Amino acid sequence: MMLPSVDALAAMVPDGALVAMPPDNSLPSVALAKALIRKGARNLRLLGVPVSGFATDILIGAGCVAEVETSAVSLGEAGFAPRFSVALKEGRIKVRDATCPAIHTMLQASEKGVPFMPLRGIIGSDILANRPDWKVVPNPFAEDGSDPIVLLPAKQPDFALFHAVMADSEGNVWLGRRRECATIAHASKAALVTVERVVEGNFLEDERLASGAISATYVSATAIAERGARPAALLDEYGFDQAYVSDYARAAKTEEGFRAWLDREVFAGARKVAAE
Amino acid sequence: MSIALEERLAATLARLILDPAAPPARHIAVGAASPIPAAACWLVRLMGHPVRLSLLHKRSGNPFTEGTRELFDLTGQGRIDLFFLGGGQIDGQANLNLVGTGDWPGTGVRFPGSFGSAFMYFMTPRTILFREEHSPRVLVEKVDNISAPGVSPPGVFRRGTAQALVTGKCVFRFHPDRARFSLESLHPGDTVDSVRAATGFDFDAEADIPATPDPTEAELALLRGRVCDEMAETYPEFCKRVWGRTRAA
Repeated sequence: MMLPSVDALAAMVPDGALVAMPPDNSLPSVALAKALIRKGARNLRLLGVPVSGFATDILIGAGCVAEVETSAVSLGEAGFAPRFSVALKEGRIKVRDATCPAIHTMLQASEKGVPFMPLRGIIGSDILANRPDWKVVPNPFAEDGSDPIVLLPAKQPDFALFHAVMADSEGNVWLGRRRECATIAHASKAALVTVERVVEGNFLEDERLASGAISATYVSATAIAERGARPAALLDEYGFDQAYVSDYARAAKTEEGFRAWLDREVFAGARKVAAE
Repeated sequence: MSIALEERLAATLARLILDPAAPPARHIAVGAASPIPAAACWLVRLMGHPVRLSLLHKRSGNPFTEGTRELFDLTGQGRIDLFFLGGGQIDGQANLNLVGTGDWPGTGVRFPGSFGSAFMYFMTPRTILFREEHSPRVLVEKVDNISAPGVSPPGVFRRGTAQALVTGKCVFRFHPDRARFSLESLHPGDTVDSVRAATGFDFDAEADIPATPDPTEAELALLRGRVCDEMAETYPEFCKRVWGRTRAA
């Protein structure tokens, strides 16, 4: 389903939804995060796949988020995520720490429709000590000794949100080798995808495009958002906007600075469009 | 041109990668924001050693076609031989804290988070710990929170542990059998006493600790030339700061 705007896409996400998003190096839809802020989303539970970046920080700062499950939150070269750090310190969000492969594995369990999957490592980490939903069992196939191994429950997000290069006439989307977005889409009840453009045809009929496509089976709705990943990079189409993120990191050190940034970068553009 | 600390550290890491006593490094993965480990890997490769490098944040030429989980799948199988880890806190038993200080999940100073450390530290045959800041706040007696433990009890599946910890002051060797570091070499300007004063954990030190060797002329030439060429796209700020290289258009 092609929607007329990114704001129409955001309107599909109810308050309290479990929302999975890729981080800054992996095609986040920052345009959709901004639309969620404009809509006044509340109590979202964010899942960073497998870590979180810019989009997560602005959603937290804008008061849209109740919970974050992730393996790290960072603005990369621009340093720690300022609004995340403040919200954690003030106890305004619940943070559930994980480790990258555990998040992939919980989603892969959902992809397969099985209730859990095992993962090596993690034993002896305080991550495990703080995850009552993760269990350690003896490997039932071990030939000798108990061989303890961690079992992770399947995680099914309500929504996968990400940005892709293009959609086709059939509603398939194409994003090349960033297959973690496919995993999120497969595992989630619905995927909402922003794209740079819509093209004629069917990616699944083209051998060279099919392997980088996500079938419309998994994609509930798309909308065009040009430069929708910005300030994150989009494959070979545009690069990471370091100056924009560094400027944000400086502004968002204080609540006032963040509010001013939000007004300028999230609300002002929408007001301008509404006035036209 | 004098030897920059970054060059010394890169050459030191390269020697550890090539340590004949350690398991072979055929495939090395390097994470984000790790320019000095990345330089060390390029140095090893450009010295002619056949090693596959998977640089996770290279803008072009992403090494994986199955998404970011492919790194962990490869590592789970034992196909990544060496990884680098750091930490906001590292303690004397090589436990790593990437979560934060104070109570869980970092109610004092929150660090970004554990990333893949709780898996990678177990599943690679060896890990080189690298943290340029050598201070009592980083190198602590006991970490506030454990993202990834330095050693594991018998019976817990684990392929390897830390091989060494390289800082801006020295090289420590890690001994998993006794879960302790020993001082292996001192960078110029540091002494056993100055390292003790800057280290929150106790460590072993023999009577005579050698100096960390200078990079050779050949290593310096490679670092300043072809290594910098390879790194300029991913780490432009680093190449500019260390080697005065501005990126060619």
